Amino acid sequence: MAHEVDQQHPLSIYFWIWGLLFVLSFFSYMVDYMNFQGGLRWALILLFMFLKAGFIVGIFMHMAWERLAMKLTILLPPFALLVFVLLMFYESDYVFLTRITFFGEGAPSMMHH
Amino acid sequence: MSEAVVTDTGGVIPAGTEGVVADFSADKQTYQMPWGKAMMWFFLLSDTFIFGVFLTSYMSVRMSARDAWPVPSEVFALSFGGEPIPLILIAIMTFILISSSGTMAMAVNMGYRGERVKAYWLMMATAAFGLMFVSMQAFEWTKLIVEEGVRLWSNPMGASQFGSTFFMITGFHGLHVSIGVIYLVVIARRVKSGFYERTRGNYEMVEIVGLYWHFVDLVWVFIFAFFYLW
Repeated sequence: MAHEVDQQHPLSIYFWIWGLLFVLSFFSYMVDYMNFQGGLRWALILLFMFLKAGFIVGIFMHMAWERLAMKLTILLPPFALLVFVLLMFYESDYVFLTRITFFGEGAPSMMHH
Repeated sequence: MSEAVVTDTGGVIPAGTEGVVADFSADKQTYQMPWGKAMMWFFLLSDTFIFGVFLTSYMSVRMSARDAWPVPSEVFALSFGGEPIPLILIAIMTFILISSSGTMAMAVNMGYRGERVKAYWLMMATAAFGLMFVSMQAFEWTKLIVEEGVRLWSNPMGASQFGSTFFMITGFHGLHVSIGVIYLVVIARRVKSGFYERTRGNYEMVEIVGLYWHFVDLVWVFIFAFFYLW
């Protein structure tokens, strides 16, 4: 059997990433606390989310040190979800418009469920 | 960052793109890792799809809801005597989960060094953080159900679909955390007793449970962004 990739790394890198995750979480909480709205809010939420996810998968889960075959096997398939998200985006837009057409707007509290 | 690998028969498998072809086509196992670790990765990939589909269904439901979606910032605000602080409990839960990921990463590192007692205590600390997280989630659920009257089919704050998506997504994540705590304690006790030294001679199992635990933290990153902040 071929020799396996060694996943022993200096402790300092974990401390750095740990601290970085705290800072990024604090920033993403601040997005809500400072009440940013609109495009800026969404951009910041996604930015901090992807940075955190990247550090967790790359460093804590050691994906950065795995061979490319492993990286591709695990990291490529989730992108298929984007197609599904896109389909559902248009679908729910259509459902929303249909509801507006048939049930009208507003008066949420008057509705019987 | 991986380097070329030399097989037992003397063959050299290059790194990079060439290595991908070799890894998949050479007369050897495909992934340069213990099978248990590869299987955990495949399980996590399948779990990614489960959570991905949950979050996508949440998107569809929220987009197509005619009534206004409850504002998470207000729904999950908590007051300590004074003004309610938005999302404070969720923020604390996020920090607890990140702390647990840190201790887990340390535990894996200690495992590779063969320091089994340190690895044991770090894993137990991780499990303790996990338990704190689940307890806070139980508190949050109780508050929403008992005090605010949120149900699967309706709630006083707005769109009636809010409850079903919230309980499904956070419930499934909480289940993962709970299973993770049990998993951690089981492996940690075996690490402490020297079980893996006798049977395998290494602490690869710590890395495998670590992968699961980091994944739980990873999912929370997405739930925090899409459900609580969006």
